[in-house]
Amino acid sequence: MSIEPLLTARGLVKRYGRVTALNQADFDLYPGEILAVIGDNGAGKSSLIKAISGAVTPDEGEIRLDGKPVQFRSPIEARAAGIETVYQNLALSPALSIADNMFLGREIRKPGFMGKWLRMLDRAAMEKRARDKLSELGLMTIQNIGQAVETLSGGQRQGVAVARAAAFGSKMIILDEPTAALGVKESRRVLELILDVKRRGLPIVLISHNMPHVFEVADRIHIHRLGRRLCVIDPKQYTMSDAVAFMTGAKTPPEELIAA
Amino acid sequence: MTDAPANAARPQEFETVLSGSDKTVANFDTQTRTPVEKVQHFLHSNPAAVPLIVLIASLVVFAVLVGGKFFSAFSMTLILQQVAIVGVIGAAQTLVVLTAGIDLSVGAIMVLSSVVMGQFTFRYGLPPVLSILCGFGVGALCGWINGTLVARVKLPPFIVTLGMWQIILATNFLYSANETIRSQDIEAQAPILQLFGDTFKVGNAVFTYGVIAMVLLVLLLWYVLNHTAWGRHVYAIGDDPAAAELAGVRVKHTLVSVYVIAGLICSLGGWLLIGRIGSVSPTAGQFANIESITAVVIGGISLFGGRGSILGMLFGALIVGVFSLGLRLIGTDPQWTYLLIGTLIIVAVAVDQWIRKVAG
Ligand SMILES: Nc1ncnc2c1ncn2[C@@H]1O[C@H](COP(=O)(O)OP(=O)(O)OP(=O)(O)O)[C@@H](O)[C@H]1O
Ligand SMILES: [Mg+2]
Repeated sequence: MSIEPLLTARGLVKRYGRVTALNQADFDLYPGEILAVIGDNGAGKSSLIKAISGAVTPDEGEIRLDGKPVQFRSPIEARAAGIETVYQNLALSPALSIADNMFLGREIRKPGFMGKWLRMLDRAAMEKRARDKLSELGLMTIQNIGQAVETLSGGQRQGVAVARAAAFGSKMIILDEPTAALGVKESRRVLELILDVKRRGLPIVLISHNMPHVFEVADRIHIHRLGRRLCVIDPKQYTMSDAVAFMTGAKTPPEELIAA
Repeated sequence: MTDAPANAARPQEFETVLSGSDKTVANFDTQTRTPVEKVQHFLHSNPAAVPLIVLIASLVVFAVLVGGKFFSAFSMTLILQQVAIVGVIGAAQTLVVLTAGIDLSVGAIMVLSSVVMGQFTFRYGLPPVLSILCGFGVGALCGWINGTLVARVKLPPFIVTLGMWQIILATNFLYSANETIRSQDIEAQAPILQLFGDTFKVGNAVFTYGVIAMVLLVLLLWYVLNHTAWGRHVYAIGDDPAAAELAGVRVKHTLVSVYVIAGLICSLGGWLLIGRIGSVSPTAGQFANIESITAVVIGGISLFGGRGSILGMLFGALIVGVFSLGLRLIGTDPQWTYLLIGTLIIVAVAVDQWIRKVAG
């Protein structure tokens, strides 16, 4: 490919004590694409995206953003660089309201004296933007934007986390199983949102176990196995059964794919 | 799986009906809740309501039992004067408990600060204002040590502050050589140290500046906790520090700031303490840490962190004050106060658990 990748990772290693989560993993994300990452449970998908988003520091390896080496020491630094992530465990604060959660760490303050000197939060503005984002996602069953996240259903919580990432991502968005707990309608909305974000020109990393969804939206599919990238396939040239066979080790992918 | 890749890039058949789905925000008839559920829900969204209700109820009970002598402006303001220091130290404790921590060293920091304020003035001849600033500096330093050990070295707050409690108290005795600075001397040479003991009257009500300072401090912290980003971060950290970190809160930095601010508030408590007892004594305020935890717990602030209101702490402190004065006016053995307060602590935690079931 002649286009330069937006983000590359080479030789990432992450060990948790004696468990190796990432074993010389590589990763490439190109501008404007939807990249699906699939793999068995425990293959190291979440560890991979956590290394990219600054949530964990890899023991070895190099990450480059726009060709320049980066080392995010915390998710805050990755977010500052425009990388927005929905983690598998969602990273929401149960006792805080939906709006407070969506704006945690980047709150809007009131204009003028109240905001500048008394540092007062602009609740109304945050609640309005939160409501707009949730409606865009079709999460109409959330009645009160000021309600605590712990009073939401599992799927509604997931919707809040996805809305947060979609509202703030400026360079790329990473979604770790964003539809695992969602209903039919809400999953569909998240897929539409993903396509929408792509139209805005942002690339997306989608981790999912739902093969129809993956094959529907992905431009390329990164197959992760035993802590490393096994191969990358084009969903138009392979079937779901091929993908499942590669990812479980039932079939070995062709040589030219492994080289890629 | 036999699906050809060609037809993969299309929604599933069953998803096509979704275009007709409801587009309005859901709205339910909330009358379907039972009264008990409504109460539970109200208390869940208003964490200071339980202690406020208990406070009002205990005022009514003692007013009936003791009569007008109790329900006078004089005795009401006397209660305020007696809880001023617990209220201030309780405010510091509230901040730490909201982060799911506990601070056993608050009383020791308070006493050491008051000793520094006094000794720096009388031993080194520093201007009293400068000595007061030094007292605040010592409080901030103690808080910073606590915060760093908790946030960066990752030791449990209970252990850190248990150790610091002993260390600070020992430092306090070694430094002051167990020496008290007499009230008359302070009055003559550095009256500003006793500022918060000064009183003014509104009718029969007697206020000290210490009471005013305590109320203003609690209101200020209420504002900061509820209406600023820092306050929201304190709650988020107490709730789930890992999630807060992933969501973009600077957890370690915020935790250290919480302990430093708690230390500064304890120094303010030390200044109030001089006003209250008149002298500077290294043996004063022995029970401030336990009293502050009592106020926090009765005030409905969860020891698991992330839940509760600082106003609840103030009500909790006042409840203790009402019980102490009320029972004294009735003329019972003071042990009854401790017995009732002990019961109240256990009931408060039980109520907290019950309210939290709303979330489940
Ligand atoms: N915090 C941790 N401490 C210890 N081991 C961990 C930790 N996180 C992940 N691991 C280990 O790393 C390996 C990869 O885990 P990871 O969460 O990346 O898998 P995954 O591909 O996301 O799986 P799933 O599909 O179930 O989400 C697993 O063997 C797991 O036990
Ligand atoms: Mg995972």
